[in-house]
Parts: sequence; structure tokens; C-alpha cells
Amino acid sequence: MAEIAELLEAPAAAAPPAERARDYLFAGEAVLEHWLTAHEREPTQSAVEGFRLLALHRQGAKGDPSFNACRETCRELVYHHNVILDVALAAPDNAEAASRVVMMRFVLNHLYLFVSGKLEEAGLGEFCCSARPLRTQSA
Amino acid sequence: MTEWKYKSVAYYPGCALEGTGHAYNTSTKAVGKALGLKLEEVKNWNCCGAMEVKNIDPKIQTYLSSRVMSIAANEMGHDVVMAPCNGCYHNLKKAEYDLAHDEKSREVVDRLSQKAGHKTYEAGQIETIHALDWIKQTLGEEGLAARVKNSLGGLKIANYYGCMYTRPRHIFPEKDKGPGSESTYQPHFMDDLLAAAGAENVEFPLKTACCGGAHSLSDSDTSTKLVLNIIQAAEAAGAEVIATECPTCHSGLEMHQIRAEKRLGVQTKVKIVYFTQLLGLALGLSPRKLGLHENISDSMALMKEKQLA
Repeated sequence: MAEIAELLEAPAAAAPPAERARDYLFAGEAVLEHWLTAHEREPTQSAVEGFRLLALHRQGAKGDPSFNACRETCRELVYHHNVILDVALAAPDNAEAASRVVMMRFVLNHLYLFVSGKLEEAGLGEFCCSARPLRTQSA
Repeated sequence: MTEWKYKSVAYYPGCALEGTGHAYNTSTKAVGKALGLKLEEVKNWNCCGAMEVKNIDPKIQTYLSSRVMSIAANEMGHDVVMAPCNGCYHNLKKAEYDLAHDEKSREVVDRLSQKAGHKTYEAGQIETIHALDWIKQTLGEEGLAARVKNSLGGLKIANYYGCMYTRPRHIFPEKDKGPGSESTYQPHFMDDLLAAAGAENVEFPLKTACCGGAHSLSDSDTSTKLVLNIIQAAEAAGAEVIATECPTCHSGLEMHQIRAEKRLGVQTKVKIVYFTQLLGLALGLSPRKLGLHENISDSMALMKEKQLA
């Protein structure tokens, strides 16, 4: 996770928009890989709608519906990636691409904070449920 | 769409709207009155089960929510309950789903209802709606625009729906039904209403992102970082205001905006305002009537600058 944190701390404009968009998409995949490996699951190499990120999210949410709270975040990452690539490939210096890269960084940051927060709180468990130990202890 | 679809509904404010979300309660009622919509508060209502009860025993939460719907349907004769709080709205919807699909839930609810001495709620008696559905599907954008006295023109807004308004998808069967219905992927009802009131909605990619509300107190640092990221994204998108429709999200954004400044040294300027307060201003109501002075996030100077107050 440290590498992802480093990428998030670097300015969005430190690389051309198309390159940054790919970096952020792969970083999103890495975040979800961490979630899966922490739960002793092999991250999938397959894709959903052409994106591994979405397949990883689907895999992460299996058996843990609370993980769906970051479903739209993953879809936003893919959306921004696609728009940036479209815009940046047509005109590399396009201002819209640059501003969308900044926005994509916020979306990636949300995914990173959400998943790392959940990992940190693993002892407390599922999203919206800080009382899981009460249930598991009494079961 | 039938005009005045929800002209008279049972109103379930829930616990938050009597506490931290008091301004949401005040502004919802004020907007309803200004629009000629009748809200009849559910008699002797109880907590919906929120997160606390649900986490210990989900079926008790189902019962608590069902009791609210039972009173509205069987004692007040309503077939629609409007719940402006995302948590209440979510829990009533969940109870409806559980009672329609789970025999065990039906048994528990029946047993507890008999013990409590009221009629058992049966799935299908009530339609639960959010405050957004209430206005959007009763007046529509055109109906609302026709009643605007003080356009929000020039106010740049990021619409923040939070995570419970659309999740999980299966408890909201009326959503994702194409044009006219709400989307669980890209909710837009608040965008539509505020645009009809003259606001300029900015493109905001974190409209359903988690604010860390459930962990506001147990893991404040994570919540602060999540909220700060949402606020900074809204500011980067050009927003002057984040419009909210959930008391938990609203308090979380307000609280952690201040905490981010104190703990992380990051100051942000965007104002946090309930969508009902914004609609009320557009309808010509005074800030005081809308409880704007109760918000922690002080938006008065901005509203004055925009000639909305």
C-alpha cells in the first residue's frame, strides 16, 4: 500500500494525462489485490466489461456485500480512465484531460482510504457494523 | 407521472432529525408547507433500528421498522411513508424486502407485534419514499421551477447522496427502471431538483462514496480522511456548496471538515447545506425558517453574496 500512497502524494500533473490515467487504474487494481490477498484469496486475472479492476471488485464483494460500497468508486475510476484516454489521445495538451486526471486521483484516493480503512478495522469487521465482535462472540 | 402523486403522506422524521439533523426536519416541513404538500407525522413513532439494533439482531430492526409502517398504514390510513433520513429510508425499505421474502422475519415481526399489541405490518401495505422522491415525483422539475421565487442561479453545487440511498440495490426495486426513475449507479434526483431551482451542478464523481459515517467516532481518523477527500474533490470540481440529503452524511461532513483543519491542518471552504434548505431559499423562504443558522457549516455570507438570504 505504501507505493500507492506515494503515487497519491505525487502531483497528478507529474506525468502526461494518459500515462497518469493508466497508473491510477493499475493502482486501483493493486488496492483491490491487497484486499483479496489479506483475505487469503488469489486475485483474479479475468476482466469484467473489459477491465480487471471491475472483476477484482466483483471478486472482493463476493460473500461480503458491504464491499459494494466501493462499487461505484471502481466504475468511476474506469470512466475517468476512458475519458482521459479519449481526450488525451485526441489532444495531448487538452485541459479537460488534465482536470480529469486530478479528479481521478480523488477517486483513487477514496478507494485507497476506504479499503485501507476496512483492512485496518478488520477486527471490527464489516462496513456499517462496528459491533461484529459482539455477534461473533455470542454465536 | 401524475401531478400531486404524493400530496399527502405519512412523515417519519426518525431520531436524527430530532437531534443533529434538526435543520433537515425544519427545512423539510417548511418546503412541504410552501409547496402545499401535507406531511402527517407518524404517531408515536420509534427508532427504525438504525445501525445499533441491526448489528445485534437484524430481525429486531425489521420489527422496529415494521411498527412504524404498521402505525402509518393501520392506524393512520396512509399508504405512503416519507423518510428524509437515508438510514430510516434504507431500513424501512429493507424491512419491506425482508417481510416479502423471508418467512422467519414474518414470524418474528408477527410475534413481536402481537406482544406489543398492534396489528402486524404486511409487506405491500406501505410504499416508503425519500424526501427526494416526494418532491421530484409530486411536482417534477417543471412544477418546482414554476414555484421558484429566488433562483439559485450562479450557485455551484456538488450533490452528495451518500452510500445508503442506493445500496443494496435489491431493496430498491423501483430504481433503475429507465427514464424518470432514480439510478443506483448515478443518482440524479437531487441534481434534477436543484437544477430546476436554478443551481449549476458540477460534475462530482464521489456522490455515492462512503463518508465513514458509521466509524465517525470509533475510527475518526479514517472518517476525517474520507470526508476531506470528498470535500476536496467537490472543491476541485468547482463547487461552492455540497448539497446533502442524509443527516448522518451532513453531520459527518460538517464535523470532519472542522476536524481536518484542526488535525491535518487542511482548510476547506465549501459549505455543507441540506438540499431542502437550498430548495427553501429558492422558494423564497427565509434562512431562519429553514434552520440555516443551525448548520455548523456557516453558509450565510455565501447566501447573502448570492442574494439568496
